[in-house]
Amino acid sequence: MYSEKVMDHFSNPRNVGEVENASGVGTVGNPACGDIMKLSIKVENDVIQDVKFKTFGCGAAIATSSMVTELVKGKTLDEAERISNATVAEALDGLPPVKMHCSNLAADALHAAIEDFKKKAGK
Amino acid sequence: MKKIYFDHNATTPVDPEVLDAMLPFLKEEFGNPSSIHWAGRNSRKAIEEGRDKVCRLLNCANLELIFTSSGTEGDNHAIKGVAYAKKEKGNHIITTKVEHPAVLNTCKHLAKDGFETTYLDVDSDGMIDLEVLKAAITPKTILISIMYANNETGVILPIKEIGDIAKARDVTFHTDAVQAAGKIPLDAQKLNVDLLTISGHKLYGPKGTGALFAKRGVRLVPLIHGGHHDRNRRGGTENVAGIAGLGKAAEIAMRDMEKESAQLSTLRNRIEKGLAEKIPHIKVNGHADKRLPNTANISFEFVEGESLLLNLDMKGIAASSGSACTSGSLEPSHVLLAMGLTHEMSHGSVRFSLGKSNTAGDVEYLIEIMPAIVERMRSMSPLYAGAK
Repeated sequence: MYSEKVMDHFSNPRNVGEVENASGVGTVGNPACGDIMKLSIKVENDVIQDVKFKTFGCGAAIATSSMVTELVKGKTLDEAERISNATVAEALDGLPPVKMHCSNLAADALHAAIEDFKKKAGK
Repeated sequence: MKKIYFDHNATTPVDPEVLDAMLPFLKEEFGNPSSIHWAGRNSRKAIEEGRDKVCRLLNCANLELIFTSSGTEGDNHAIKGVAYAKKEKGNHIITTKVEHPAVLNTCKHLAKDGFETTYLDVDSDGMIDLEVLKAAITPKTILISIMYANNETGVILPIKEIGDIAKARDVTFHTDAVQAAGKIPLDAQKLNVDLLTISGHKLYGPKGTGALFAKRGVRLVPLIHGGHHDRNRRGGTENVAGIAGLGKAAEIAMRDMEKESAQLSTLRNRIEKGLAEKIPHIKVNGHADKRLPNTANISFEFVEGESLLLNLDMKGIAASSGSACTSGSLEPSHVLLAMGLTHEMSHGSVRFSLGKSNTAGDVEYLIEIMPAIVERMRSMSPLYAGAK
């Protein structure tokens, strides 16, 4: 039911963990729906230098978390803000329809982390 | 890669003896069992032999059995059939929060026709309180429908005691015995039930088969109107091969149940003990003793069930979970939530349901590979970090 790319990111997730002295942290999801994603970013000169995730959730939740970290590393904040949940799903060659809403939250976690950074930086 | 099947509560493979019993009726013996000529006679004989065998498993009379296409049909027939037959008497049904969707959604549907359903709570072991059941019965109560054994946890409910209560209060009693059939004895007389549902593919019979026991005197409005089949209770030309297979499966179940049950509970207990010794923060769900011999339902804290199932699948092990993502719904297991588990623990459950083909080697392989899988998923979980 999952694409090869999803299974690849699920089996070998990229950038698992927490960035030390993170510039911003975003957490989305809740236990009721079964997915919780926590994304931390390191920002220097408006560029995302480092990004890591921790996720409680199904295969799709873990794969989208992993994919968003790949998509966003080295990108400017402006570029990162343009990444949507749909972008992430597309980069994984799609998700099963039932997963599109429940487990496709990785871009939301990214945007929450960027917002957290901006608040801390007083921007 | 070695393939290990630990999902027998989902479905079982067709027993080779069952297949042999079916094949003639998919080949040369094609007759319509309702025909009086030579072509029909052998088909009729096969149905009646199948009926005898299923009736022996249920300890009931031949007239008391209706063949169905599935457990779901049996549940629908029992519940709707009684509701519509007794609607002059009342409109109240009692069931539990942990039933299979075949029961829950049938009761939900009947609400549109003015029927009201009480869904009984269960305790943390998955048991109902018989005093609460008694108190829930009103003069309007026409039906109690409570499962014999739960599909997710294997918890066995006190069917005989419920039957006694129903009888004393003159309420019709149906039990969904789909998971119990073939695993524990199913004596309709001793259990004191009016209606009982079984499904073929849970006991090494073919998919698309099942039976409903309806005690003599129980009035049922048919679900499928048609010809005179099964004494006008279920229209449609009989699934001859399926019935022959179901009969054979029932015969084998009666023959092997005791021995198999002892073997499976040994393996199941080894899984629970072996995993608990190696993996911290796990919980076995369901009553310790009143449980099917083959079912282990285990919550792995801090991780989600589907991600564990995907990892197990990559290692050749088929298991299942009541968790959101597998079933395609957003809700975690309604059974585990009803037992008071948190959403996280409900999402983190995996069901291992054993069967004939499983060996001690299969179980040891699971115990060997599972700790690393759980540790890998926990190392990625934000909940685990918080708990350390």
